[in-house]
Amino acid sequence: MVKLDEIQKRLMAEVADLHKVPEGAYNLRVNGESAGRQSSENIEIVSKTDVSGLEIHIKPGTKNESVHIPVVLTQSGMKETVYNDFFIGEDSDVLIVAGCGIDNCGEQDSEHDGIHRFFVGKNARIKYVEKHYGSGTGRGKRILNPGTEVYQEEGSTVEMEMVQIKGVDDTVRTTTAELKEGAKLTVRERLMTHGSQNAVSTYVISLNGNGSSADVVSRSVARDDSYQKFDARIIGNAPSHGHTECDSIIMDRGRILAVPGLEANDLDAELVHEAAIGKIAGDQLIKLMTLGLSEQEAEEQIINGFLR
Amino acid sequence: MLELKNVSYNVDEDGGEIEIIRNVDLEIGSGKLVVVTGPNGGGKSTLAKLIAGIIKPTEGRIYFNGEDITDAGITERAQKGIAFAFQQPVRFKGIRVYDLIRIASGKRINTAEACTYLSKVGLCARDYINREINSSLSGGELKRIEIATVLARNAVLSVFDEPEAGIDLWSFTNLVDVFRKIRESSEERSILIISHQERILETADEIVVLRDGGIGAFGRREDILPGLIGTSSAVSACSRLASEGRI
Repeated sequence: MVKLDEIQKRLMAEVADLHKVPEGAYNLRVNGESAGRQSSENIEIVSKTDVSGLEIHIKPGTKNESVHIPVVLTQSGMKETVYNDFFIGEDSDVLIVAGCGIDNCGEQDSEHDGIHRFFVGKNARIKYVEKHYGSGTGRGKRILNPGTEVYQEEGSTVEMEMVQIKGVDDTVRTTTAELKEGAKLTVRERLMTHGSQNAVSTYVISLNGNGSSADVVSRSVARDDSYQKFDARIIGNAPSHGHTECDSIIMDRGRILAVPGLEANDLDAELVHEAAIGKIAGDQLIKLMTLGLSEQEAEEQIINGFLR
Repeated sequence: MLELKNVSYNVDEDGGEIEIIRNVDLEIGSGKLVVVTGPNGGGKSTLAKLIAGIIKPTEGRIYFNGEDITDAGITERAQKGIAFAFQQPVRFKGIRVYDLIRIASGKRINTAEACTYLSKVGLCARDYINREINSSLSGGELKRIEIATVLARNAVLSVFDEPEAGIDLWSFTNLVDVFRKIRESSEERSILIISHQERILETADEIVVLRDGGIGAFGRREDILPGLIGTSSAVSACSRLASEGRI
């Protein structure tokens, strides 16, 4: 395994909670190259031959195992697009931790576009955690454009946790999902933008199977001069349940656009959208200040809780 | 301990100035349980907010342990030892009961310690300690959690604005015990309660009747309470529940 420098180690800790080599299967990608890889008996990681990226094969019935595939970029001016495909066998139950950290101290933009496709077998269950983090004082931007495609077979369950709290200048996140009978998708997105950052998050979820369901909840905070767009579309093509929720706090001169999109193509599709945008409530600040916190400390507690 | 000297509070409305509190002189001594009662709209909650620093007097000065705190903000007053329980507790997204009690205590406390405060307000701590303080909690649950946060502050002066509002009869009995226990725990600590509940008035050392923004009466409970029984300034628990349509 390639030795990581201190910045790279810090990024690994931020995006994948990795402080040492993970247990189970993993692939660590540093500045476009593999810095270590391990397959396990049930989880095989192989490089793609046509484009940059990985194929991750999880055997049917694999339970309680994990895959870590974090990416870090510390070279200013580096741009890459990576295609990772996950083939998740029937009846398996696994944790997949991805994520990307960019440290850019240079003048040129650094960009990582990760395209992830998930083929989730019948009755399989996955938890997918993706964290994005940027640092560095250079003028070059830190850009992440993740694309996620999810194809769920009958009875499968996918739980996604997407987190981007700090330091990413520009993001266009696109998530699409197609669900067959009885499949279930839940997404929890947490996002904070500051400075002059720009973040766009788009979901298109098709509920194609009888009894399929999706629940997409985004909590976000836009500070300083940043801008966010949350565009969540759920299409009910069968008797199904869909729920999207965008709950946002704006601060300073931050701006947020929430676009609800519900399309029912079946009489028994039940779709709900909720959206709320507003500044921190004055009485919340006052309550915490009566407990002895300063206004700034109160604000931090409220934001931390909101994005928990 | 707390002294209000000639305190007035006016607000601008429809081009004119309305007096909410006018020329109030009030002294609350150490180790005293003082209940402020009076008709609705008499300025009781405004008085509580003036003491907590949520609003500032238009005129007059406020002293706490001899120090002029008139210009001190909410945080500073809290740090000096004034705690305040809201009439209508605030909801938060993502902040848990444990977080609020920890912040209130001002130190790192473990879950078991935090739970003792919940138990004191009659909540099964295990069921509540990790709950978010959001709209999944009922008004009564929020109210008890609000009181627990004030208990966790161990403040020199605790101000409760209508603590009984939204609380059922069983909890109400316990609430009276909670005040009694704070009162008995230290000779230094004082409690100021805004309430017109007879049961709470009965626990008072002193009673203030606030009427039309001014002090209508102020004195020892045994002198003031007999004159209030049967008026809107001293209602019984049953009549309160009836008026809220709950019995």
